Amino acid sequence: MIISVASGKGGTGKTLVATSLALSLKEKYRVQLLDCDVEEPNDHVFLKPVSTYKETASVMIPEVDDNKCNYCGRCGEVCAYNAIAVVKQKVLIFPDLCHGCGACSYLCPEKAISERANGIGVIEKGYADSIDFVQGRLAIGKAMAPPIIRRVKELVDNDRVAIVDASPGTSCPVIEAVRESDFCLLVSEPTPFGLNDLMLAVEAIRKLNIKCGVVLNRVGVGDSKTEEYCRRENIPIMLTIPLDTEIAYLYSRGITLAEGMPQWKNKFLELFDKILELTGDGN
Amino acid sequence: MKELVILSGKGGTGKTSIVGSFAAIAQRKVLVDCDVDAADLNLLLNPTIQEENEFWSGQVAFIDRQKCTECGLCQELCRFNAITDFNVDPVACEGCSFCSHICPVEAITMQDCMAGQWFISSSKYGPLVHARLGIAQENSGKLVALVRKQSREIAVKEEFDYIISDGPPGIGCPVISALSGADMALLVTEPTLSGIHDFERVLSVCQHFDIPAMVCINKYDINEDNTRQIEEFCLNQGVQVAARIPFDNVVTEALVQGLPVVEYSKGEVSQQIESLWQKLSEKLGR
Repeated sequence: MIISVASGKGGTGKTLVATSLALSLKEKYRVQLLDCDVEEPNDHVFLKPVSTYKETASVMIPEVDDNKCNYCGRCGEVCAYNAIAVVKQKVLIFPDLCHGCGACSYLCPEKAISERANGIGVIEKGYADSIDFVQGRLAIGKAMAPPIIRRVKELVDNDRVAIVDASPGTSCPVIEAVRESDFCLLVSEPTPFGLNDLMLAVEAIRKLNIKCGVVLNRVGVGDSKTEEYCRRENIPIMLTIPLDTEIAYLYSRGITLAEGMPQWKNKFLELFDKILELTGDGN
Repeated sequence: MKELVILSGKGGTGKTSIVGSFAAIAQRKVLVDCDVDAADLNLLLNPTIQEENEFWSGQVAFIDRQKCTECGLCQELCRFNAITDFNVDPVACEGCSFCSHICPVEAITMQDCMAGQWFISSSKYGPLVHARLGIAQENSGKLVALVRKQSREIAVKEEFDYIISDGPPGIGCPVISALSGADMALLVTEPTLSGIHDFERVLSVCQHFDIPAMVCINKYDINEDNTRQIEEFCLNQGVQVAARIPFDNVVTEALVQGLPVVEYSKGEVSQQIESLWQKLSEKLGR
């Protein structure tokens, strides 16, 4: 089973929820945590995993054999991203624009284009106690997160409860992270920003046909409109976490709820039971 | 005219609340919301939309089942696993058009995508350029570039002094698009280990693109040891910490009222933000 954790708005507590859920479940289940917020991965700050494996995440980009190329320009015509262009007797390649679709090399009439891996980040594997851990990390100055996310998700272990921590927002990196999950937890807060971004996230999750529920964090300030919205839209509120200086302080030191306040473990176990119920896996 | 972009790496550190307050303090400026897939600045500025435009970008493959012979070549060659049973999953499709070029019976065409909308609005704080990326759409970087370009045109036309840009979280495509060529970045961080981790990465991005940065530590009193750690780090990096803003529920209370916090309260938070803008505008010049 794959549970994704997403939010729309940043800083609502995705990482807190994903790591606390993983730590709460680990005594009863085999658990895997995959950090797909590859621009700013933070789960490792809380889990402090032992690293066991590292690979470069890359996009396959074209490389032109000057001896074979006759500068016909076909590669530039077929590239949808302007990542390759023929200017007079020279082929220009822009690695950061290339999505690695392979069209140029396949369609080159002279078979002059081969492909090579262009590193854009790293994939790391490891463990924290019995939790299997995977994260992707986009390199500084690189733009393209989705290929790294795709690679992280290839490492999902189907024999474990896989928890996927997504990035904030509703665009391609989030979609890539939450796709194919059985349930999506949307972490929000009771403020106008929290509500607005939750509504966008719900729209995206529904478009993907994924069941979802809400974790409402920092309850106590703000207003009741986020709750009202959930009720109106029939989105279950799976867990509420109060605005609490102790939780904030623990978080600031990289300590999860499950560890810093162990009474929360049961709440996360109950949250998981609700997910099983809603996905029909509870029997 | 100078362009200031507010970034944070980590989301939820207070970018938009600070930009909303700058909107109330700064004179002769245009505001632009570069967080196009979760735009919130409009919730504070209460703008009136003056101009609404469609954002067409990217393409998605379409298979004409009348022509399709189910040879399977497209499925085999697509690297994004976007084609199953001779149907295109528009969410997975990256619009590369490879399939349309190799289909032996020319059954695949590429269709343009309406990838969002962008707006020019007026507000009592001045013009705001903002956008809404279509749900599950790509090309957020291009939409960011577009709203920035529009804001620049307004600033030039009106002879404004500043473009103040509310940036997206993260360090990837939309951040690079919001940052490249800006005059300065204000990095809003918080004294949490994850805030620090993310701040260091976004600062590296600024350094990579050679954009000068100043730092604001928001909610600095949540963990003062961590705040000191950030300040030491900034000292070593030669980056100025221009403000320390305390944690205070007034920020959320103002937000619930739909007001920039400087208009809602005259307390420490507002004083810090006002002095922060002073320092930024001095450093930016005109």
